[in-house]
Amino acid sequence: MLTRRTLLQGTAAASLVPAGRALAADMPGVTASEIRIGNTNPHSGPASAWGVIATAEAAYFQMINDQGGINGRKIAFQSLDDGYSPPRTVAQTRKLVEEDEVSFMFNGLGTACQTAVRQYLNAKKVPQLFVATGADKFGDPQHFPWTMGWNPSYRTEAAIYGKYLVQEKPNAKVGVLYQNDDFGKDYLLGLKDGMGEHYASMVVKEVSYESTDPTIDSQAISLQSAGVDAVVTAALPKIAAQMIRKIADLNWHPLHIMSNVSVSVAAVLIPAGPEKAIGMLTAAYQKDNSDPRWVNDPGMEEWRGFMKKYLPSADLADANFGYGFATAGTMAHVLRQCGDDLSRANVMKQAASISGLQAPTFLPGVLIATSPSNFHPIRAMQMQKWDGAAWQLFGPVITA
Amino acid sequence: MSALLHQTLSGLATGGIYASVALALVMVYRATRHLNFAQGEMATFSTYIALTLIQAGVPYWAAFALTVVLSFALGVALERLLLRRMAQAPGLSAVGVSIGLLLIFNALSGWLFGYTVKQFPSPFEGRSGGVLGGLVSGHELGMTAVTVVLLLLVYGFFRFTRLGLAMRAAAGNAESSRLVGIDVGWTLAIGWGMAASLGAVAGMMVAPLVFLDPNMMSGVLLYAFAGALLGGIDNPFGAAVGGFAVGVIENLGGAYIVGTELKLTLALVIIAAVLVLRPAGLFGRAVVVRV
Repeated sequence: MLTRRTLLQGTAAASLVPAGRALAADMPGVTASEIRIGNTNPHSGPASAWGVIATAEAAYFQMINDQGGINGRKIAFQSLDDGYSPPRTVAQTRKLVEEDEVSFMFNGLGTACQTAVRQYLNAKKVPQLFVATGADKFGDPQHFPWTMGWNPSYRTEAAIYGKYLVQEKPNAKVGVLYQNDDFGKDYLLGLKDGMGEHYASMVVKEVSYESTDPTIDSQAISLQSAGVDAVVTAALPKIAAQMIRKIADLNWHPLHIMSNVSVSVAAVLIPAGPEKAIGMLTAAYQKDNSDPRWVNDPGMEEWRGFMKKYLPSADLADANFGYGFATAGTMAHVLRQCGDDLSRANVMKQAASISGLQAPTFLPGVLIATSPSNFHPIRAMQMQKWDGAAWQLFGPVITA
Repeated sequence: MSALLHQTLSGLATGGIYASVALALVMVYRATRHLNFAQGEMATFSTYIALTLIQAGVPYWAAFALTVVLSFALGVALERLLLRRMAQAPGLSAVGVSIGLLLIFNALSGWLFGYTVKQFPSPFEGRSGGVLGGLVSGHELGMTAVTVVLLLLVYGFFRFTRLGLAMRAAAGNAESSRLVGIDVGWTLAIGWGMAASLGAVAGMMVAPLVFLDPNMMSGVLLYAFAGALLGGIDNPFGAAVGGFAVGVIENLGGAYIVGTELKLTLALVIIAAVLVLRPAGLFGRAVVVRV
């Protein structure tokens, strides 16, 4: 039985040597035989469904180690639980950096959690790589040169919707429902990026909701009575499901574009009623394991083989395993690129010079690419449409 | 014009949600003179019990009745085992316990039933598109009717039954009540049980509208408090009117006056203004204590 604990212990076994045995003064967390990587994740608490991301990453690094490691070094990956609570993220991150002396932090999860440690890690010049959030602010090399995002940012995603609307529905009267916080506001900014001068004429109504609001019925009615015929919804799953149902209840048939965080079949479409969402659009960047078109896809075969060997009891329908596989793959790519110079400065430099990496689980044409001025690794997505039973990809890959 | 009517009706439907939870708050307050901050989370937990029963194949109304009974037992048990020990403690201790229960029930719902948003069936769901020309859905209409029935039941209970009278007496003056033969301990427990049952009904009515997840009631509770305070926390009629009023004010204010960002603020400013003028709420009676 391979559990998260045994995995983490397994990968951490090599790190039993006392801390502080750095190869050189400028390469903390690195010895001749290993490199230590830290991570914080919600292994408990309200967001614990995402904890499996770290499980998948630990398994991926185990696979790398089984294959002999990278440049002769094993990866000692240590994931600590922060319960999705920023104060605990701070404590756990300090512990990893100061006591366990990790070389850098990788794929810490949560916008608020990672914001809480961003200043600290930048002040200590510890790379905060590939954070697991879509907040746009994690790709700001000018002010935070040691922090880099990974997910396509909400702003990038919204820019893609903006471009799509201008191109395909130039006469649309667009309405936006957004959560009144950084997450929702990133979508407004992104739509402005993507629509440019058309924003002012096309967007006729923006309505917000608070995360404490029990319903958005009133907002939906406002959008409908403003004559909106294309809705962009930037909401978390529960409100997204309400919006889908309310639009159907109102007997209203606008083009509906849904934020990519709320397109889960199990968590949004089934509760809302799959037939009520027919025709809804969103953008994707990863292959969906339940999509029959990837049955014989070599990339997905590679992922399924990995899952079978390292996480045999895991639920393949859980997209978080695919996500962790891809983030860990990106990290391994950067470490290979580093060669023997595993100083923090070089890790950061190599992370900022990824040129067109195609992850096995990504849609063809969606490439991971960074540069010293671009700390948003994924900037392209493809539109897809809900047909009542599955998401159907269509059109070209759109770059924001 | 039709948009205005639509916003008003939608506000009434949302207000029905607040009103039904506000009634449970009034129930506990009248029985114990305390606010139960865990009322919303207990209702969510009850709703999960109902969903589990329905998924196990129990017919809707049987599951509904069973959930009401189980919730009553849960409420009574909490009072007898936990709140009872706080009887001699300062008022703040009971507040602390109820906030503790809020956290416990929230975590318990998540731990036992998961955090994924779930659909909850409605007994009133007709065709999609709704009634009254699509202005309200069948469920919204049914839920509002249930709220009104609950209101009449609670009102009638306190006004016309001996137990209701005993409960008012026990909450008002425990010492004198004991002297006239009222079992104060049990009236408190029954008050908690009835509030838990009311909460369960509210949860089962709200869940089809807002979807069920462990945090379903956390936002609703804020609005229910506001509604109850606006109408008068010791008056079931006032609390229900307050709940409906908050729903309508919020919708109309958000759509026509201040915009969506400030709609809750507007509702709360109005409530604060009312409470400054009438501290006991619109329909509440000021409690006079002789010293």
